[in-house]
Amino acid sequence: MPHILAERLSIAFPLYHVGARSLKKRLIASTIPRLRTDSSNRVVVAALNELSFEIRSGERVALVGHNGAGKTTLLRTLAGVYEPVGGRLEVVGQIGSLIDPSAGMDVDATGRENIVLRGLFRGLDQQQSEAMAEEAGAFSGLGEFLDVPMRTYSAGMQVRLSFAIATLMQPDVLLMDEWFSAGDADFMARAQQRLEALVQKAEILVLASHNMTAVRAWCTRAIRLEGGRIVADGPVEQVLAGM
Amino acid sequence: MLLSPLDAVAPPPAVISDSAAPRRVGRALDDLALGFRRWRLPVALAQLDIRNRYRGSVLGPMWLTLSTAVTFIALGFLYATLFKMDLHDYLPFLVVSLILWNVFAQLITEACASLTVAEGIIRQLPLPFTVHALRCLMRNAVIAAHNLPLILVVFVIFGVNPGWGALLAIPGMLLFVLNGFAAVMFLGMLCARFRDIGPIVGTVTQLAFFISPVIWKPELLLERQVWLVLNPVYDLMEVVRGPLLGQPPGLLIWAAAVGITVVACGLSFAFFVRFRGRIAFWV
Repeated sequence: MPHILAERLSIAFPLYHVGARSLKKRLIASTIPRLRTDSSNRVVVAALNELSFEIRSGERVALVGHNGAGKTTLLRTLAGVYEPVGGRLEVVGQIGSLIDPSAGMDVDATGRENIVLRGLFRGLDQQQSEAMAEEAGAFSGLGEFLDVPMRTYSAGMQVRLSFAIATLMQPDVLLMDEWFSAGDADFMARAQQRLEALVQKAEILVLASHNMTAVRAWCTRAIRLEGGRIVADGPVEQVLAGM
Repeated sequence: MLLSPLDAVAPPPAVISDSAAPRRVGRALDDLALGFRRWRLPVALAQLDIRNRYRGSVLGPMWLTLSTAVTFIALGFLYATLFKMDLHDYLPFLVVSLILWNVFAQLITEACASLTVAEGIIRQLPLPFTVHALRCLMRNAVIAAHNLPLILVVFVIFGVNPGWGALLAIPGMLLFVLNGFAAVMFLGMLCARFRDIGPIVGTVTQLAFFISPVIWKPELLLERQVWLVLNPVYDLMEVVRGPLLGQPPGLLIWAAAVGITVVACGLSFAFFVRFRGRIAFWV
């Protein structure tokens, strides 16, 4: 059964390239609680601080909190991008992440090449990737533009393509960051439909969002983060009421 | 709806990362295995890199061949007329040397950026880091392949026939590639962490060009030639260059080249095992 289990999960970012010295001065002047210096005198941001939670199959979890609360970092950690600095994380199930839809895209390649490339990124073989190109190409509605370099696309067309590519999967664990579709009305309606289908088929959804309408519509549970810590965890209405 | 290939497998994949039991060696080996199994991805990425580099150009990557050829013709004239040198012996040596050196120098330079240029991908997609190293290696292999025909042309013109001994260049190239892979892995990580390493590597490479017998023949050192074996650049170059020129290197040089490869791969692997988990924070 797909599930996620985090025990005292911590992530800390060392700030290597920001001039530790000037930052140190600032640290002494005003104590910012999440910036600290570690044992070897590096400036470190405690992005996630000892999070413990369990998400079972069937749960729809919303991550809510202010900007910089650690929502996206938690999503990336669940996706396997960051390895926990402290604690333990267990994610069972095929992970699909919709964190940054345009990651790994090459603007000089055509739309079709980008879809095939994304297929390869996901570990599909050439044939499967080309089948994926057909399907994503059809969904994006780009038509003949599919064989033109992405550089020439309008912003809306780029969003349509990245959306079509990103949503062409069926993961057990779906990790989603809030992102805004900028397609035309017709595409928005289709996108909405597709996203809902994707969400329904996934066993677990973890959605980071500021959009409370989406949170209420899709999620059953909410985890509120503040300063890299969990401050509330429970049914959506209950957690949102406390904000 | 298209399914990913893992859907066919019964138990869902489990990712367990425990900072108390990091299982570093196992994860590093998994990374390497998965990276090599997905070789199509780095090949596709390397192809895109090369295409993007020569986008809109009529000759495209053939410019590589052309500019190298022009360099050799110019050098040939220069040495023949200015220094009154006998080209029969020297030019084939220079051509093989310079082509190998260019491969080496470019690979080292690009190795330094192999992880930092992939920052966008590394921070969004959990992908084996081996993929980024292979991408760099393959891109350089394709570029090198554009220059190799020149060796053949020069050999035909000057009637150099290395005979079957030239086949020994194949294990030589294997050592060269293995070292290249180790260097890309190591330098990619090191340069992601310490941004000053890139320029330092560039300077050291330039120095290595002069202290290694690339444009000068090892014989010029006379009796001190034996000490050349201590120069790793010379050893790795000689195991490819020697067989191609019909002067197979001695056992000592082969042993040195193998030894360097073992040390380079070991060092690189140890570093990878220790710091693999930190790369996403470095880039």
